[in-house]
Amino acid sequence: MSAGTVFGLCAAVAVGLGLYGVITNPQPLRKILAFNLIGSGVFTFFGVVAHRGAAAGFGGDPIPQALVITGIVVAFSATALALALLLRLFQAAGSATLRADAPPSAGSDPAKP
Amino acid sequence: MTFALALEIVLAAVVLTGAVWTIASRETLPAVAGFVAYGLLLALVWVRLGAPDVALTEAAIGSGLTGALLVSAAARLRSSEGPMAVERPDVILRVLAAVLSAAVTTALAISVLLLPDPAPTLATAAAENAAATGLGNPVTNVLMAFRAMDTMLEKIVLLLALVGVWSLAPDRLWGGRPGPRHHADPQGVLAFVARVLPPVGIIVGIYILWTSADHPGGAFQGGTILAAMWLLVMMAGLTDAPPVSERRQRLLLLAGPVVFLIVGLGGLAFGDAFLAYPMAYAKPLILAIEFAMIVTIAVTLGLLVAGPPEREAGS
Repeated sequence: MSAGTVFGLCAAVAVGLGLYGVITNPQPLRKILAFNLIGSGVFTFFGVVAHRGAAAGFGGDPIPQALVITGIVVAFSATALALALLLRLFQAAGSATLRADAPPSAGSDPAKP
Repeated sequence: MTFALALEIVLAAVVLTGAVWTIASRETLPAVAGFVAYGLLLALVWVRLGAPDVALTEAAIGSGLTGALLVSAAARLRSSEGPMAVERPDVILRVLAAVLSAAVTTALAISVLLLPDPAPTLATAAAENAAATGLGNPVTNVLMAFRAMDTMLEKIVLLLALVGVWSLAPDRLWGGRPGPRHHADPQGVLAFVARVLPPVGIIVGIYILWTSADHPGGAFQGGTILAAMWLLVMMAGLTDAPPVSERRQRLLLLAGPVVFLIVGLGGLAFGDAFLAYPMAYAKPLILAIEFAMIVTIAVTLGLLVAGPPEREAGS
């Protein structure tokens, strides 16, 4: 068993945990958190692939590593946008629920007259 | 079993403890804290996987900045937490979700064990062509030269995300300042740190960019440190976030992508292809792009954390 295998299995578990969290947690913020967990698990999996491709004196294949760096930044952008949408929903609706049958709330939108 | 492998198994176990805590914790703020700890430990995993550049990115952006965003969102959403606890799905759905997740994990675990041997790699190709740019860090070479298109488009994704965040402002606040105005005790610890740390942080941020030519580092990692310094000064109330309509800020936001595009089109006009750098000028051109990018990255990341306009420009 090598370092790559250990961290690869670790990544597999992180993806599974994240998936469970996305499905079962009713709070949107926790879903975003769990989704980030899935993402980091996928990145780590790719990191294991990069590590196995170590050659030419490098610690790993630099191409997947560079792709993961780009991926982390894009994941951050998506998270920032998702959280901004969620906060706006909370501001406009007075609740952050995703349930379709949620009772309409008075809301605290400063934009409303 | 060697000592290093034992250590790696312990590290993996601690990382997974953080992941379990993130999912299982009843309250949101502790879950976010668990996620930040998970991210920092994951940076150690990246070091063990021979990817110090990714480790820096994960620690700075994946854990640090994402954590800052999540903490502030969790604090604002606190009052919505109580009523939503009753929306927890019933046992059957939870069991089904657990079965599905376990199946996905098993499939991934099997594919980890069945990865091809010897592994396919482009490392030799990257090493053979390293002389074309004069940079010693293979990851910077890939980001700035071999796959520069990815990096340029990613800058644009960052800008689009900021446009998306800003567009959530209520109509009457358009052009206003993002987030609440922060106030801190001017004699307090936060204000003190916000005065002492930024000079050091700015030098470290620029150094991380400069050293990335030959050593781990880069414009993202350096830009994140600069953004963190800016956010620190804003949170200590020493400065205010600029209104989103400010012209100077818009120019800084565009600097990185515009320099990148100009160099790219220059490659089309004078070279073989879009983003093809002439060999003799490759390094200075890459440095020019990176310095324009670090400014744009720092401003964009800072503004993404600051959020949409919430106050009128005058307030």
